[in-house]
Amino acid sequence: MGKTFTRPEALKDQHTHYCPGCTHGVIHRLVAEVIDELGIRGRTVGIAPVGCAVLAYNYFNVDFQEAAHGRAPAMATGIKRVRPDLMVFTYQGDGDLASIGMGEIIHAANRGEKFTTIFVNNAVYGMTGGQMAPTTMPDQRTTTSPFGRDVQDVGMPVKMAELLAALQTPAYITRQSVIKPKYINRAKKAIHKAFSYQMEGRCFSFVEVVSTCPTNWGMTPLDAIEWTENTLLSYYQLGDYKTPEPREEA
Amino acid sequence: MGKVLMKGNEAIGEAAIRAGCLNYFAYPITPQSEVAEYLARRMPEVGGVFLQGESEVAVGYMIFGAAGCGARVFTTSSSPGISLMSEALSYITCAQCPAVFVNIMRGGPGLGGILPSQGDYFQATKGGGHGDYRLLVMAPASVQEAVEMVMAAFPLAEKYRNPVMILGDGLIGQMMEPVAFPEDLLSEPANKDDWATTGIGNRSGDTPNVVKSLFLDPVQLNNHNLLLKAKYDRMRRDEVRYEAYNMDGDYRVLIVSYGTMSRVCRTAIDSLKEEGLEVAMIRPQTLFPFPEKAIREAAGKEGCRLAVSIEMSMGQMVEDVERSIQGRCPVEWYGKCGGEVPTPEEIVDVVRSMLQK
Repeated sequence: MGKTFTRPEALKDQHTHYCPGCTHGVIHRLVAEVIDELGIRGRTVGIAPVGCAVLAYNYFNVDFQEAAHGRAPAMATGIKRVRPDLMVFTYQGDGDLASIGMGEIIHAANRGEKFTTIFVNNAVYGMTGGQMAPTTMPDQRTTTSPFGRDVQDVGMPVKMAELLAALQTPAYITRQSVIKPKYINRAKKAIHKAFSYQMEGRCFSFVEVVSTCPTNWGMTPLDAIEWTENTLLSYYQLGDYKTPEPREEA
Repeated sequence: MGKVLMKGNEAIGEAAIRAGCLNYFAYPITPQSEVAEYLARRMPEVGGVFLQGESEVAVGYMIFGAAGCGARVFTTSSSPGISLMSEALSYITCAQCPAVFVNIMRGGPGLGGILPSQGDYFQATKGGGHGDYRLLVMAPASVQEAVEMVMAAFPLAEKYRNPVMILGDGLIGQMMEPVAFPEDLLSEPANKDDWATTGIGNRSGDTPNVVKSLFLDPVQLNNHNLLLKAKYDRMRRDEVRYEAYNMDGDYRVLIVSYGTMSRVCRTAIDSLKEEGLEVAMIRPQTLFPFPEKAIREAAGKEGCRLAVSIEMSMGQMVEDVERSIQGRCPVEWYGKCGGEVPTPEEIVDVVRSMLQK
């Protein structure tokens, strides 16, 4: 009998540092599977963010560069502009991308930089220990919103996919999740599309993945999945927000 | 080879291309915007990369990304812009990526002004960003020297896997002088396959290269800093450059001055000589590493009664001059900033009155 399930070549054989119930591992695997399927491991460069995924290079079996907080899209721009043959992706959390790196992601998207961004949105700062993010839900308690996010005081959570989709430059902008198999299958297809568009040199591609953080939410992994589905997904609605124009056949 | 009359900023842009660097990212800021304007037209002609970033913060990381994947890359900016790039400089230095940063200094602090200054000496030589790092800093005193320093900077950055900064004051960027681009300063980029993110499939072996600056283990971080320090010590040993002026005979005063300021000092020294007062000058061409030994020996020479650091700042380099001289003679400072450039006559008067004290 042949092997039916194995570790993608684009992942290393490593123990995880991610918490129980965290979805980073699933997202890493999906990205790695896509890299394998497209046969691009030898020319892929990942950009690690600041946050829980800063150590992504411990897992991915591809070249990696580590950016400062929020600056991954600028770094990816630098690489892609001087080496368009490389396949470049940034892997960023919500504190990184939607707060300190808001400027970098908007301008990279608006220039139509030909790289792919995987945006992991779990509505909280993870690695620094559960502080409020721009994507934290109204009334959600965090260590810096101990009485719940007061939207009168700090505004409503930022919807990054919608915000980027408002730009005129062609792009692929989608929001997915990975909390259940049906979502995982769709997310995989979206990541595949995102990398394919990059490979064809067509557009900037952005996959937001609504994710869990049981540790900083103070929930069990199962409760975290339920809260994601009931609360996060009703605010952060899944689907494609922008797709590039179909290519005219030659 | 014939010379052409060029504005400093444009000559700096052309020098990078002639050195073999075809990748440029920048953000407009006075008084260096002509570099970006020049290269916006010129880079496409030579098949190079030109991109105007959304901020100096972002440009810093465009440089980091490009350098990290093995490309030769440079940027130019001016003082407030360099403050914003200093975040990236700290990361780039820790990750040991070669790149060239040109700072055409304007007056500060804050928005300051747009006229020439040397107020970023501390920022360039002592850090600017966080952590223990150094840049190799070269300070040109003419457009020709700016060209040659820019061209030499790329192989130096690659030799040390460390950013090199060209620290020019606004006059260097704005004035026109005849320049030649020495062909022997065209260099081949170093092979970076052993560390850069060139893509696993594009080199031998199957180990990913990781360009990073995170060392959570204290022992590892200490060791990494020791490795960086060893590079800076090698620079101190091998890369010191300076020019001596009027130092052959006896002199009563030693001036230390760099960049445009040193040219004014030269004129003052010639005038003082005519009046019978011998004054020598050391002009550091590298600010880090600093010509400590040369200055110490010059100040310790029999008959030298005084050393003066003359700067277009409120007294920054003077701290390194004092440190170098180690009490062998008294050290004074004179300077102006904000775009005010001391005149030769002023320097003549200042040196005379300092001697009479």
